[in-house]
Amino acid sequence: MLEVKRLHTHYGRAEILSDVSFEVGAGEVAALLGRNGAGKSTTLKSIMRLVRPTSGEVVFDERPIGRLRPYEICRLGLGYVPEERRIFTSLTVGENLAVARRVNREGATVWTLERIFELFPNLAEMREKSARAMSGGEQQMLTVARTLMGSPRAILLDEPSEGLAPVIVEQMARTLKELKDEGVTILLSEQNLHFAGLVADRAIIIEKGRIRYQGKMQEALEDERIRAAYLMV
Amino acid sequence: MSFYFAQFLTGLASASSLFLVASGLSIIFGVTRIVNFAHGSFYMLGAFIAYSLVTALPHGPLGFWGGVIISALVVGVIGVVMEILVLRRIYQSPELFQLVATFGVVLLIKDVALWVWGPEDKLGPRAPGFDGAVDIFGSKVPEYDLVVIVLGLVVLAALWLLFNRTRWGALVRAATEDREMLGALGINQALLFTSVFFLGSVLAGLGGALQIPRASVSHHMDLAIIATAFVVVVVGGMGSIVGAFLASVIISELNAFGILVFPEITLVLMFLVMVVVLVIRPWGILGKPEGEAAGEVLEGETLSIMPGRRMRLALLGAFALLLVLPSVVEPFYLLLLSEVFVFALFAASLHFIMGNGGMVSFGHAAYFGLGAYGAAMLLIYGDTGMELAIALAPLAAGLGALIFGYFCVRLSGVYMAMLSLAFAQIVWSVAFQSTELTGGEDGLVGVWPSPWASDRIVYYYLTLVLCAGGILALWRMLYAPFGYTLRAGRDSPLRVEAIGVNLRQHRWFAFVIAGLFAGLAGGLYGFLHGIVEPQAVDIPRSIDALMMVLIGGVQTLIGPLAGAFAFVFLENRLLAFEFWRAIFGLIIIGICVAMPLGIVGSLHRLALRAAAARAS
Ligand SMILES: Nc1ncnc2c1ncn2[C@@H]1O[C@H](COP(=O)(O)OP(=O)(O)OP(=O)(O)O)[C@@H](O)[C@H]1O
Ligand SMILES: [Mg+2]
Repeated sequence: MLEVKRLHTHYGRAEILSDVSFEVGAGEVAALLGRNGAGKSTTLKSIMRLVRPTSGEVVFDERPIGRLRPYEICRLGLGYVPEERRIFTSLTVGENLAVARRVNREGATVWTLERIFELFPNLAEMREKSARAMSGGEQQMLTVARTLMGSPRAILLDEPSEGLAPVIVEQMARTLKELKDEGVTILLSEQNLHFAGLVADRAIIIEKGRIRYQGKMQEALEDERIRAAYLMV
Repeated sequence: MSFYFAQFLTGLASASSLFLVASGLSIIFGVTRIVNFAHGSFYMLGAFIAYSLVTALPHGPLGFWGGVIISALVVGVIGVVMEILVLRRIYQSPELFQLVATFGVVLLIKDVALWVWGPEDKLGPRAPGFDGAVDIFGSKVPEYDLVVIVLGLVVLAALWLLFNRTRWGALVRAATEDREMLGALGINQALLFTSVFFLGSVLAGLGGALQIPRASVSHHMDLAIIATAFVVVVVGGMGSIVGAFLASVIISELNAFGILVFPEITLVLMFLVMVVVLVIRPWGILGKPEGEAAGEVLEGETLSIMPGRRMRLALLGAFALLLVLPSVVEPFYLLLLSEVFVFALFAASLHFIMGNGGMVSFGHAAYFGLGAYGAAMLLIYGDTGMELAIALAPLAAGLGALIFGYFCVRLSGVYMAMLSLAFAQIVWSVAFQSTELTGGEDGLVGVWPSPWASDRIVYYYLTLVLCAGGILALWRMLYAPFGYTLRAGRDSPLRVEAIGVNLRQHRWFAFVIAGLFAGLAGGLYGFLHGIVEPQAVDIPRSIDALMMVLIGGVQTLIGPLAGAFAFVFLENRLLAFEFWRAIFGLIIIGICVAMPLGIVGSLHRLALRAAAARAS
């Protein structure tokens, strides 16, 4: 579904990603794991072309997307949920969802407002409320919901559990599992191993901009050496 | 009593048409962050096109309103063309480049209008069905004024609904906040910007078209309205439609009643309101505080590279060449070169605060003009002679900078730039309106150098030495602790304040220094042509300075000098053509599109690339 091939990305002179390659299969939930500053967000932004990679190629659904603009990539069915949430605070909750609405994409689940509200019941009550007045957890739900409004076949999720209370983290995990059951492919960046363990099938470990390990999520969690070398803070 | 009510209604009618123009400007700025100087030109085009259409179409309500609507739509399309052909190519450039490019469009449209409609003012027909006056409390009020008032309210309501009740409106508000995120959600930003430009330009065109029964259509409408529209947008709060409406009413009523009390200074009054509002509410009546968005007018690397040994030798060589030039070239070129020196100093003084302090001024001509008028008035009324007049010119400008700068340094980004524009317009209004003192539109004549300096060669040397000295002094300060602090304050204001620097005061000093040197340039300029006119301090003069700095290359030290040189010679070459403004405008647009780093900056980058290619 999503293939990342030999991606290199620089910020100025500094090489942040070097030779990053991995694949995410259709319907799979893959977790991109790594410490602070390892290059997780940069990888997701490079796929979305919110930052411009220096070289390398990204193929989404058999189509090279390395020449496209972010909005075109989104329209192909690849959604993006940023780490900083970036909800539109001058809009209401309903409007935040409305601006991202995009339908009739072949082979994708169509997310109507009703279905979104089924998945995120508390958003329904806040529909008319200003997005500025939401709590951090509610904002996180809104960013995921907003991206779903584009009816994506795959989504890039940047640290969805960051800064959330444990209950909300559990709720987020349940939501992601429901998405998976809908057939949505998910690439998620995480530091929270517990959360990643709940949802991911596969682990991709990045450190200092290089991929260090790829394998089953469960195996990565159980392997003390891997945990100690790349994941422990 | 009834008279005052009638006057109030007249004010409201003016407010309506002002609101149309200003709301368009505000919407465009809010979404695209572009300060669109061409907006006033769109207003003028709306009036001219409506004039042609309404006189050509069959007489009657259909012909009139049809003509008005079609001209608004045509202007909308022209706005879209500008967005697609010019601005879309330079969204990545620093915002000021976009502004300069739109000023190129101003020049272009000015000449196109002259070519199509001829130089005379046009008197439009009255609106059929609304050509009488109604009696309100015993005073006659033109029916058409009432129509315009209603239309203004209708447009206000329609815009409010559009922005708050439609998906497009939500998209526009979201784009104002975070364009990149909107792109990642699948929104084609280019298309959204184009639609915003269409709407904004339609509003400008409509504002112009609706004016034809009220006032004659003239070629001065463009810059006259743009200055007022800027005031409205800033006073109302950038991007706020309701704010633009409130500000339009305030400004227009102030004009309507101000003219009864102080007919000579109505123009000044408007800008004073802006100063007062911005001092109390730095983001306008209904504007929201904007963090970096408004502060980063000059994003990108703004280095000032200390000239290396080779560069210093080259500069020394150039100076030596200029010293021997009078024995080689024709006197005409000496006059032109003197002008280059004056503008080089003027541009360098702007660069001093802009490139190094991050303080953008849209009204730097204020200090140029204060210097020019100061010197001329000292000479004519004070009989001081040229020497003392030139020596005191910087003080006149410096005093102005001391007062204006006090307010300007309290703001940042576009708001600061706009406030500086307002101050320049105050100076311009005084120069233009107080005829007894300044000669009004005709200016002050007989500003000639003392006999010993009246020879062109002598005056050439005088300008060369004084301007080169001024520029060196400015550069010296840039590479002294004063300049380091200024640049540090530009790049990380908080850190500089944290080490105990009073940044605001430091910027204020820099502002005054820049004013002093701009004043010296202005003083010298007056004696160059023997006359000081309001043009010394009008909007184009301020934009000239901006263009010299930007086109030359704001990241470099000698950029402004190269810009001044290119600018003066180009303008001189082009003056031979009938439609020189159009050509000049096209060249400016071309440079903005092709060289986003300015001339010197682009050459510098080419040289770096060549060096890199050789190395590998
Ligand atoms: N805009 C930027 N300019 C320069 N360097 C950057 C920029 N953004 C990130 N970096 C650097 O790139 C590296 C990788 O950053 P990235 O945000 O991808 O890490 P991350 O794995 O997402 O970390 P975190 O878990 O903290 O979100 C870091 O060293 C960071 O300092
Ligand atoms: Mg990150």
